[in-house]
Amino acid sequence: MVRILSAAVAATLVATAAHAQIKVGVTLSLTGPAASLGIPEKNTIDLMPKKIGGLDVTYIVLDDASDTTKAVTNTKKLITEDKVDVIIGSTTTPNAMAMIDVVAEGETPNISLGGSARIVDPANPKTKWVFKVSQHDSLMADAIAVHAKAAGIKTMGFIGYNDAYGEGWLVEMKRSAETAGIKLDPIERFNRTDASTTGQTLKLMAANPQAVLIVGSGTPAATPHKELMGRGYKGRIYQTHGVGNSDFLRVVGKDGNGSFLPAGPMLSYESLPDSNPIKKVAKEYITAYEAKFGPRTTFGGHAWDSYIVLDKAVPVALKSGAKPGTKEFRAALRNALEGTKEVVGVHGVFNMSPTDHNGLDNRGRTMFMIKDGKWTLATK
Amino acid sequence: MDVSIAALLTQDGLTNGAIYCLIALALVLVFAVTRVIFVPQGEFVAFTVLTLAAFEQKQLPGTVWLSLALGVAAASADIVAHRREPGRMLRAIAGSAVPCLLSALLVWGVFATGAGWAFQVIATVVAVMAMGPAVYRVAFQPIATAPVLTLLIVSVAVHFVLTGLGLLFFGAEGARISPFTTVSFTFGSINVSGQSLLVYAFTAGLVIAMAVFFKVTLFGKALRATAANRTGARLVGVSPNFAGRLCFTLAAAIGAASGLLIGPITTVYYDSGFLVGLKGFVGAIVGGLASYPIAAAGAIFVGLVEAFSSFWASAYKEVIVFTLILPVLLWRSFNTTHHEEE
Repeated sequence: MVRILSAAVAATLVATAAHAQIKVGVTLSLTGPAASLGIPEKNTIDLMPKKIGGLDVTYIVLDDASDTTKAVTNTKKLITEDKVDVIIGSTTTPNAMAMIDVVAEGETPNISLGGSARIVDPANPKTKWVFKVSQHDSLMADAIAVHAKAAGIKTMGFIGYNDAYGEGWLVEMKRSAETAGIKLDPIERFNRTDASTTGQTLKLMAANPQAVLIVGSGTPAATPHKELMGRGYKGRIYQTHGVGNSDFLRVVGKDGNGSFLPAGPMLSYESLPDSNPIKKVAKEYITAYEAKFGPRTTFGGHAWDSYIVLDKAVPVALKSGAKPGTKEFRAALRNALEGTKEVVGVHGVFNMSPTDHNGLDNRGRTMFMIKDGKWTLATK
Repeated sequence: MDVSIAALLTQDGLTNGAIYCLIALALVLVFAVTRVIFVPQGEFVAFTVLTLAAFEQKQLPGTVWLSLALGVAAASADIVAHRREPGRMLRAIAGSAVPCLLSALLVWGVFATGAGWAFQVIATVVAVMAMGPAVYRVAFQPIATAPVLTLLIVSVAVHFVLTGLGLLFFGAEGARISPFTTVSFTFGSINVSGQSLLVYAFTAGLVIAMAVFFKVTLFGKALRATAANRTGARLVGVSPNFAGRLCFTLAAAIGAASGLLIGPITTVYYDSGFLVGLKGFVGAIVGGLASYPIAAAGAIFVGLVEAFSSFWASAYKEVIVFTLILPVLLWRSFNTTHHEEE
C-alpha cells in the first residue's frame, strides 16, 4: 500500500515537473445520427499541429454518440479528470446547448461547432464561456431571403427536419422571409430516417410555391429534393449549409443541378478571387485534408476554424503570465478568444466581442449553385 | 386532397407497407421458432443496400470485413465450445462460420474481378444471408433456453453491435442503389412506377413461398415443430440449434430481399434499419407475433397510415404510427389469455 501511495505521489510530482503543455479536450458526435458531421471534424483534429504558441498540445478526443447526456458527461470528465484548458465541440446544436451549463460551472472556454445562434446567445450570462465558429442560421437565412427576393420570388415552401435544427431554421427563415416580403407556406417536416417524403412533397406541389427551402443536413436532405424533382417541380430549390459535403452531391445526383445554397466560402475556394484572404487559408487546409481523408466537408472546416482562433488566442493568453492547466490561464484564454479580431478562417473572418461570440459577418457566407454535380458560385 | 393525391399516397403507403410486411414476416418467423424478438432485422436491410451501393461505386464493400469479423467470432465460439471433440467442432463451424467466411471471399472476388450486376446482387444476398447463422451462433445459441426478456436484451445488444460495425465498415453516409427498372405505367391520371410493382409482386410471392415452405417441406415442418414445442421437437430429432440457424438464415434472406427492394426508393444509412425494423415490428405486434397473415396486413396498414399522416400532419407522423400500437395492445389484452413465462 505504502509503495503504491509513494508511486502515486512520485507520478504526480513528475507530472507537475513536466514542461508546460496545453490540453485541448474535444467531444464530437463520432457515432449516432450526426456521425457524418462528426467524423470529418475528428479527421480535422488529427491534422491539427501538435504545437500552439510554442507549447506542446495534447488533444483528448471523446465520442458523445450524438447524445446530449453523453456530451455533458464527456464535458465533465474533460474538465474534472483531464483538467483541459479548452474544449472543442460538440457537433450538434442540442449537444452544444447542453454543454453550456457545464463549461460555465467549470470555467473552461468552449469552442462550439453547432449551428444555432442560441448557443452563444448574449442574453444568457452562462454563454460567457462559449464561443462558436460555425455561421449562425440567421446569417444563412438572410442570405437565402435576399437571394430569393432578387430573383422576384414571393412565395416559398418550407420542408425541414423535425428537430432543433429544423425548428431553429424555421424561426429564422420566417423572420428573414417576412423582411424580404416572401410568404413562407406551406411548412412541412420530415425526419432524417424517413424512407419516403411523398406526403409532404405532394402537399408542397399542390400549393406550388415559387421556391422550396429544404432544411436538413447531409444526405437525408436529398430525399425531399429528389422527390420534388421526380414529381416535376418547376420552381427553385434552396438547401442550407447543412448539405456541404460531397456525399450529398453523390446522393442527390443530377436532380441537384440548378439548386442553391448558402455556405462558407471554403466549399469551393477555387472559385474565390485571389484577393480574398480566405482562399489561401482554405486552400492550405483543404489540400491537407483531401490528401489524407478524401473530399472536403464544411463540417471539418468548422473544426479547423476552431484551431485557427485558438492558434491566435493562446499566445495572447500566455502573455498574461498564467500557466496552462490553471484557472487563471483558462480565464486569460477566454478573454483572448473574446478579443479575436480579423482572424481569417476557412469559413470567413472572425471578429469577436463580449456581445458576439461568433464574429462571422457577410464574408462568412457565399451563395453556391449546384451545376453539373459541382458547387459553383451562384449568380442570380 | 383530390383523388390523384389519394392514389399517389396509397401507392407510396403500399410500397413502404410491403417492405414493412417483409420485416414483420421475418420477425414473426424468428420469434415463433426461437422466442427472440429480433431487433437487428433491419440491419440486414441496411447492409444489403450499402453493400450493393459500394459495388456500384466501384469500392470494396465493407461487407468483406464485416463477414470476416462475424465468421471469426462464430468460429471462435465453436472452437471454445467443442474444444475436446474436433469432429463436432468442425461440423459446427461448417454450419455457423464457414458460410460467412466463404461469402467474404465471394464479395471480394466479385469486386476484384469486376463481375457484372447480377453477380454483385448474388454476392450481396449470399453475404447477408450468411450473417444470419453466424449471428445466431455467437449471440443466441448459448442462451437459447433463457427467458424471453433475456433474449430481448441480448437482441438489443446485438442491434447496437451490428450498427457499430456498420458505421465502422460502411461509414456514416447514406447510399441509394440504382433501380432495377425505370419502366412506369399510367392508369388514367395515375403514374405507377415499375419498381413499386416489383415490390408488391415480390412481397406477394414471398408470402406464398413461405406458406408453401412451412406446409410442404421437411425443413419448414421442422421449424414449425420447434415453434410449437421446443422439447418435443428435440425428442423427435429436430436439432434446436439447426432450427435456430435455419430461421436466422431465412430472416437474413428476407432482410436482403427487403434491402434490394427499398434501396432504389430511399437513401439508406448504416443505422436506417432500426426504424424500418420498428415499423415492421408494429405490424408484427398487430398479429400478436404469431399470425403471418395478420402481421402482413398490419404492416401494410402501418405503411398506409404513415403515408397519409405525412401528408396531413408531417410533424406528428412517427407519433401517429407508433401510437397505433396502443389500441392494438389494449384490444389484445382483453381478448387473449395471458400465459406466465414458464
